[in-house]
Amino acid sequence: MKIRVDVMLKTGVLDPQGAAVQHALGTMGFEGIQGIRQGKVIELDLAENDKAKACAQAKEMCEKLLANTVIESYKVEAL
Amino acid sequence: MRAAVIVFPGSNCDRDLAVAFERAGADVTMVWHKDDHLPEGLDMVAVPGGFSFGDYLRCGAIAARSPITRSLIRHGERGGYILGVCNGFQVLTETGLLPGALIRNAGLKFICKDVELNVENDQTAFTQGYSKGEQVTFPIAHHDGNYQVPDEKLAELRGEGRIGFTYADNPNGSAGDIAGVISRNRRVLGLMPHPERAVDAAHGGTDGVAMFSALVESVVAA
Repeated sequence: MKIRVDVMLKTGVLDPQGAAVQHALGTMGFEGIQGIRQGKVIELDLAENDKAKACAQAKEMCEKLLANTVIESYKVEAL
Repeated sequence: MRAAVIVFPGSNCDRDLAVAFERAGADVTMVWHKDDHLPEGLDMVAVPGGFSFGDYLRCGAIAARSPITRSLIRHGERGGYILGVCNGFQVLTETGLLPGALIRNAGLKFICKDVELNVENDQTAFTQGYSKGEQVTFPIAHHDGNYQVPDEKLAELRGEGRIGFTYADNPNGSAGDIAGVISRNRRVLGLMPHPERAVDAAHGGTDGVAMFSALVESVVAA
């Protein structure tokens, strides 16, 4: 089953890349952007077909490698 | 002193580190990251700069899960000395041997230049060759040297004297101007600037020599 993992910098952690993208959009004439945070999306294709078990596996992968929980938060979603 | 330098795919300061330790009198072994244990009887393990595994996922993240790293963590837990420079510092934060994390430079650019550092703690084997408040010049060469740590942890690091070096003029946005962090037992140092690139006058400076000499002397004496 396919699982989607979103990894984002935690609120409060400076995101220089998001800030640069926001600045660029501003100079292109896009108005009213109040904030941009840039993260990553990781798609996993797992042999496990039980949704709860697959999500639990993905969560363990996030804790151990996919996210650095010192600075990043993650969200696991079955597709 | 018996030292080992770990080599990952993409390491590029491994030989510089080995030369810096050898010149200070250490006996140095290179260890490939796929080896599942370190040689016996090591005093010091050094984790070099470079771009291990292409910096994929996060800087140092994949190196921190290499087979050799379990052995590195055990070496640290046993009270062995560990020095992590640049990418090596990133690897040490990813393993949890040092607190915090290193993210993209605030100015988004790769920075390669000499920087002035303040010595903040001269009571470690790494820094006893310097004096607190002394300024030293080491080169930096990084894209992700922006050290981040929660405010309460920053206060704790300051309170425990665990900041080894700060930048005189913060180049990358690091919290508290931090350039180098020390473990609670004072046996692990991670820093973004490169002391091993400052051990030969022909290469522009020798301020790094005191770190390697002091380490070799103190570990031999211990």
